[in-house]
Amino acid sequence: MTDLLTRRDQRLLGRTTPPRRIVPIRIVVLLASLAGLNYIIWRWAVSVNWSSWWIAVPLIVAETYSVIDSLLFGMGAWRLRERGEPPTAPSPESPDTVVTVDVFVTTYNEPVELVMRTALAAKAIEYPHTTWILDDGGRAEIREAAESAGIGVITRSSDWVDRPRHAKAGNLNNALLATEGEFLLILDADQVPEPSILHRTLGYFRDEKTALVQTPQWFENVPESDPLGSQAPLFYGPIQQSKDGWNSAFFCGSNAVLRREALMQLGVSRYVAEVEAAVRRAIKTSTRLIARAREEAVDQPRVLEVLDEAETIVERARVEVARGDSLGDVTYRFQRGIDTIAYRFADADVAAMQDDIAELAAMSVGPGTFDALDQAALDLLSQRSSSPLQAIESISMLVNALDVDRGDEAQAIMPLATISVTEDMATAMRLHGLGWKSVYHDEILAIGLAPEDLNTMMTQRLRWAQGTMQVFFRENPLVQKGLSWGQRLMYFSTMWSYLSGFAALVYIAAPVLCLSFGVVPVTAYSVDFFARLIPFLVLNQVLFWVVAAGRPTWRGQQYSLALFPVWIASVTTAFQNVYRGRALGFSVTPKTKQASNGPRWDLVKPQLIAMGCLAAALVLVGIRYATGQADGIAPLVNILWVVFDLVIFSIVIRAVLYTGPEAPRDKESP
Amino acid sequence: MMTVGVETVEGGVVISPQGRLTVVSTPQLRTEVSTRIEAGDRLIIVDLSQTTFVDSSGLGALVSCLKSARQAGGDLRLVAPTEQVSMVLKLTNLDRILQPRASVEEALHD
Repeated sequence: MTDLLTRRDQRLLGRTTPPRRIVPIRIVVLLASLAGLNYIIWRWAVSVNWSSWWIAVPLIVAETYSVIDSLLFGMGAWRLRERGEPPTAPSPESPDTVVTVDVFVTTYNEPVELVMRTALAAKAIEYPHTTWILDDGGRAEIREAAESAGIGVITRSSDWVDRPRHAKAGNLNNALLATEGEFLLILDADQVPEPSILHRTLGYFRDEKTALVQTPQWFENVPESDPLGSQAPLFYGPIQQSKDGWNSAFFCGSNAVLRREALMQLGVSRYVAEVEAAVRRAIKTSTRLIARAREEAVDQPRVLEVLDEAETIVERARVEVARGDSLGDVTYRFQRGIDTIAYRFADADVAAMQDDIAELAAMSVGPGTFDALDQAALDLLSQRSSSPLQAIESISMLVNALDVDRGDEAQAIMPLATISVTEDMATAMRLHGLGWKSVYHDEILAIGLAPEDLNTMMTQRLRWAQGTMQVFFRENPLVQKGLSWGQRLMYFSTMWSYLSGFAALVYIAAPVLCLSFGVVPVTAYSVDFFARLIPFLVLNQVLFWVVAAGRPTWRGQQYSLALFPVWIASVTTAFQNVYRGRALGFSVTPKTKQASNGPRWDLVKPQLIAMGCLAAALVLVGIRYATGQADGIAPLVNILWVVFDLVIFSIVIRAVLYTGPEAPRDKESP
Repeated sequence: MMTVGVETVEGGVVISPQGRLTVVSTPQLRTEVSTRIEAGDRLIIVDLSQTTFVDSSGLGALVSCLKSARQAGGDLRLVAPTEQVSMVLKLTNLDRILQPRASVEEALHD
């Protein structure tokens, strides 16, 4: 961008929240945080009923969780950034200033009409650009419709055959190498953009360090009451603005503009990091391979001779890597060295060697290849009698697989992160780690379609939560060196919020146990207790109210508790996936309504059971009151608590009975 | 604008991108390299002494050329980068994998 930065643009780039908004927020944040700390410290110090530790401890842990959640929310809000008007986009009038933009409409299996509706709107965007449909389904109907509308289609290149496809991240990575625009606008198949979307966002890239501008996702097929909690007015608003204040607003997969240079730089530096890790691992495994082969070949001098030579080569590579030699050269010399030995012993059993190669090659397809291969090579070697050639070939296969060419992946350069089913957050975090900036621009510039039934909605929420937890387990933001502490905590707070499912279990169980059986987890339901708890609860709600500034928050609060089984499942499945290599059971969110066969009560069984327990507790406490077994303030507190839980959970009943928006969708105007 | 010089030498081929190696000009480089590999060349030497500017897409293209060369059983080496190019190699740590040589001569006998 060569046109000059006007004073106005400079001012808009640096602009932040006006005092009349930020000052009240900061006052409430301060008060709510103090109230939270005051309450939780007192709870830990004097009011845990250790005699009922089996419920008292989970309760205090859950409460601590909630206080930390509130502190993180407050920390974000402290820097909440409202940017207002965007800086002007680089002028498209002159060839000296215009920037090139590719608009990507990503699709996998959505209906052709839906994809074309978005693609045609994308083509009609006012700023000069090229529109592409990224059809991961490779469908002929899409190509035909697109071509007759003069829109390009990008499908996977032949490099992706028999290699991990990495879902949407793979689709975008493939398209990145097939296009040239300086900026990329990414749209999901259902997100119909406004013609002004680029004019309203490109101006932010006048800051040369800005890599990403994210705008809200908003859905047109949702009634005012929003029974499925589809709109996320708090997230696409104050929460992203809070993150923006800490330069950690993150990419949400759609309705965002990205700078190609930033993505490619990320791709190249990730490539280097991954090759380096793979080479180190290969050397380590080779050393182990040789050591084990030697144990088995104690009485075979010829084999030992080969192993000695191989060890010299491995050792040299290890020293060279440690010394910081170029990995290209190290791996090249290593391979040549091993090849030379292999040739010299080529008179040995060639057939056995070929079997090994075939076997190893068969294992080198699929995700988690590097680890699988290391293990495979070791297993293979341990299974059979040793021959020099087999030992050498195992090492040589390993090294070939862990070459600088990343032969197990379709592309050496993968700018969009592939460590998670939600590539967006991981990519943003890595961009921040490289020192790039992001912007959240709070203006609805594309309108999409939300799931219209509970099943689809729950699948989608599970996917987002799983993706977030995968990132947490694979690249914990708290230990990412390139990130500031503010950024680390902002990413962490998103992950932290998905642990709420476990807290919800306790918040259901504790009052039920108290009312039904008189188990009291808190020693003092007294003035002391209320004097600390009530200010915290009230100030927390005030904080929500001030931050939300008129946006509805209740639905979001309901679902954060009511979807507890989804959140729990997301954490456990992501854990199993990352540490045990299990499948996530992940599916692409359908953009169209699923065929319905009556209300799906089965989807909310845990919630119904919880509601049953809560209701039964009310009945039981009534009996206990009548028979004189219950008195004092504890049952009253818990009755209130149970009623509150029931009100929260009532949303799942509405959600199950919801049959989609009443009025037919107006497809013409937003 | 960029032009690509190609010169066959004893033991390999020297490819010299002249000008700006950016997202717009990388296809030219990639085509040239894959043509040479298909023609049987195994040692690809990329002479960067006349490359005035390279962006991250340009680096990405060098990596994908390295991949092609390695998969054909050969290698790719960089020679004599200009100051800007050296800086970008360092910034992305790509010099950790592709450490440039001072001269074509050196790249050939190593």
